[in-house]
Amino acid sequence: MSTTAPTGRNRASLAVRELTKRFGSRAALQNVSFELHAGQVVGIIGPNGAGKTTLLSILAGILPATEGEVTRSASALGWVPQQPALYRKLSVAENLRLFARLEKVEDPESAVERMLAQTGLADRGDEEVGKLSGGNQQRVNIAIGLVCEPPALLLDEPSASLDPRQRERLWEFIGGLAHRGTTVVFSTHNVAEVERYADRILVLVDGELLFTGTPAELEQAVGGGTRDLEAAFVHFLHERGH
Amino acid sequence: MRWLLVKDLQILRRSPLLVGLLVVYPIALALMIGFALSSPPGKPRVAFYSEVPPGKGKINFGSQQINISNYAKDLFQSIQPIKVNSRNEAIAKVRNGEALAALIVPSDIPSEIQNLVQNGVGNPTVELILNSKDPIERQFVDQAIKARLNDVEQAVSKQVLHVAISDLQQVLNGGTINILGQNVNLLGLRNSRTIVQGAVASLPKSSPVRAALEQVVVFANLAIEGLGFASPVLGSIGTPLTVDQTELAGATTPTNTYAAAIAVIVSLMFVTVLLAAGMLALERSENAYSRLVRGLVSPVKLLSEKVTLSAGCAAALTLLMAIVVALFIHLDWARFPLWILALAFGGLAFGALGVAIGGVAREVSAASLLAFLLSLPIAFIALVPATAVSGALKTVLDVISFVFPFKPALQALGNAFSGTAPGIGWPLVHLVLLTIAFGALARVALRRFA
Repeated sequence: MSTTAPTGRNRASLAVRELTKRFGSRAALQNVSFELHAGQVVGIIGPNGAGKTTLLSILAGILPATEGEVTRSASALGWVPQQPALYRKLSVAENLRLFARLEKVEDPESAVERMLAQTGLADRGDEEVGKLSGGNQQRVNIAIGLVCEPPALLLDEPSASLDPRQRERLWEFIGGLAHRGTTVVFSTHNVAEVERYADRILVLVDGELLFTGTPAELEQAVGGGTRDLEAAFVHFLHERGH
Repeated sequence: MRWLLVKDLQILRRSPLLVGLLVVYPIALALMIGFALSSPPGKPRVAFYSEVPPGKGKINFGSQQINISNYAKDLFQSIQPIKVNSRNEAIAKVRNGEALAALIVPSDIPSEIQNLVQNGVGNPTVELILNSKDPIERQFVDQAIKARLNDVEQAVSKQVLHVAISDLQQVLNGGTINILGQNVNLLGLRNSRTIVQGAVASLPKSSPVRAALEQVVVFANLAIEGLGFASPVLGSIGTPLTVDQTELAGATTPTNTYAAAIAVIVSLMFVTVLLAAGMLALERSENAYSRLVRGLVSPVKLLSEKVTLSAGCAAALTLLMAIVVALFIHLDWARFPLWILALAFGGLAFGALGVAIGGVAREVSAASLLAFLLSLPIAFIALVPATAVSGALKTVLDVISFVFPFKPALQALGNAFSGTAPGIGWPLVHLVLLTIAFGALARVALRRFA
């Protein structure tokens, strides 16, 4: 896999071309290509084993691609894994400070203050992360992904372990990021979330990218008339033999 | 790497129970091992009953007397005697477990010894009753008592020979002996010969007595010559073998120093291996590993940080332990820099072993358990004496010891403490090679870590 910096002509925040990943003889991703633009919120949906996490892991630099090209280096992208990846014995501020230093942020203390303010955890900066609720841990998890102010943020099923109220606050936070120009890419099983919050969806099935467009375009692709995006998605999969 | 070290130290500071256990447990274990190795074997409790009445333990031999009761105290050097008043009481003590064995001296033992010494006939026998419930204890008591009885037997023999030689000398040279409280002068063969020779010289050559007295002189000459040889021969039988001990391997580490080195290295091993394995596995348990290695920290740097952290903490702790130990037993302070060197190199090798374990196990609990399960046999295998096992098994144990850091670390520290063989150079090189090998193994294990 190779990475190239986006040029002035290519104004995409993140572009992926012909990305393929094979585990032995099994292809987890096959020739996946797409472009994302600044401020877009993009949902990746698909059945279990479709390749969603594999795609995000390659973009995040955790897995190497077998073939293909990504226009941003992995270290330039923010990464938020499904399970909070942070040290529960450290405080919120210490976690942020550690990753700011590892990311070589010029002024780590300012970055910590900024992220505490953005996540609404300014008054809980000295608390051990292990003592926070699952929702607040997820906010710290996302804040760590954002501490180096990446142009794009990758989230793997960010709302999976949250209750409805925590989910609502999470999406408000993500909406704010997109509003400030950060491209947000997330995977999920919750099609309703995609319908509500995503500008664009990528449908992955058996490692193939079968659809890319807006939620409305997916509904149109199955002829319209479905009661919601989830029904359209199921219909879409059925039409393609899945 | 600095910030990862700071982070890990912060985590350790907030886990006082874990750190406390990590420090106290290996030190306690190490001290117990060290104490066991440096302490002499304990004395088995043995019920002791002598049927010989007080004052009746004397054996008359020639002009002197031997009191066999005096030899009991030699026997008591090896056992903790429980003096009892009857044979049945002695057996009861063994039956109820109060004593591991019973030693019974029969009333006829002085007469049996006397008969043996004087007439060459007799079978002096003591009775030993062992508790057979525990075969190891049984063997221990059996050997302790038999070895000491053998010493007593030799001491009595030597004393008898000494009396015999002394009497023989008096027969040859004359002197004073005490018979029934009266001092009696003995003329002796040599003096008798001189007197007879004088008498022969004063007699006329034709005297019929002269020929008879000359026969007496010839006999006296032969007797003096024969008995003159007999004294040193009997003396040499009294001490038949003298052991002249020579150490071919050069100076060896004193037992106390060796025990101290074992105690310190056991602590070093446990703290380092458990810390390195646990802290690496923690990165995965906290899901932080994938976040770290996506460009922030390379896997090799992460492993180096864990090895440095664990080796540094453990070396500092065990150096402190060595300093405390040195207050009680002699360690060579002039070689203090080598103590640090041995602990640092040992710590790095154990740290590399720890990260290999952490990389393979992946979970903190599994890594800790595996580290513990592996460490104990590594230590014990390295401590098995070469002469305690057969040749083939010794080769197997040597190979196992060679591929783990315990033995070279022990050799390095043993040398650092006392300057004895083997030198410190090869053990340090060995530790470096093991650090590299286990580091490489850990790097391979990290491929399936995320």
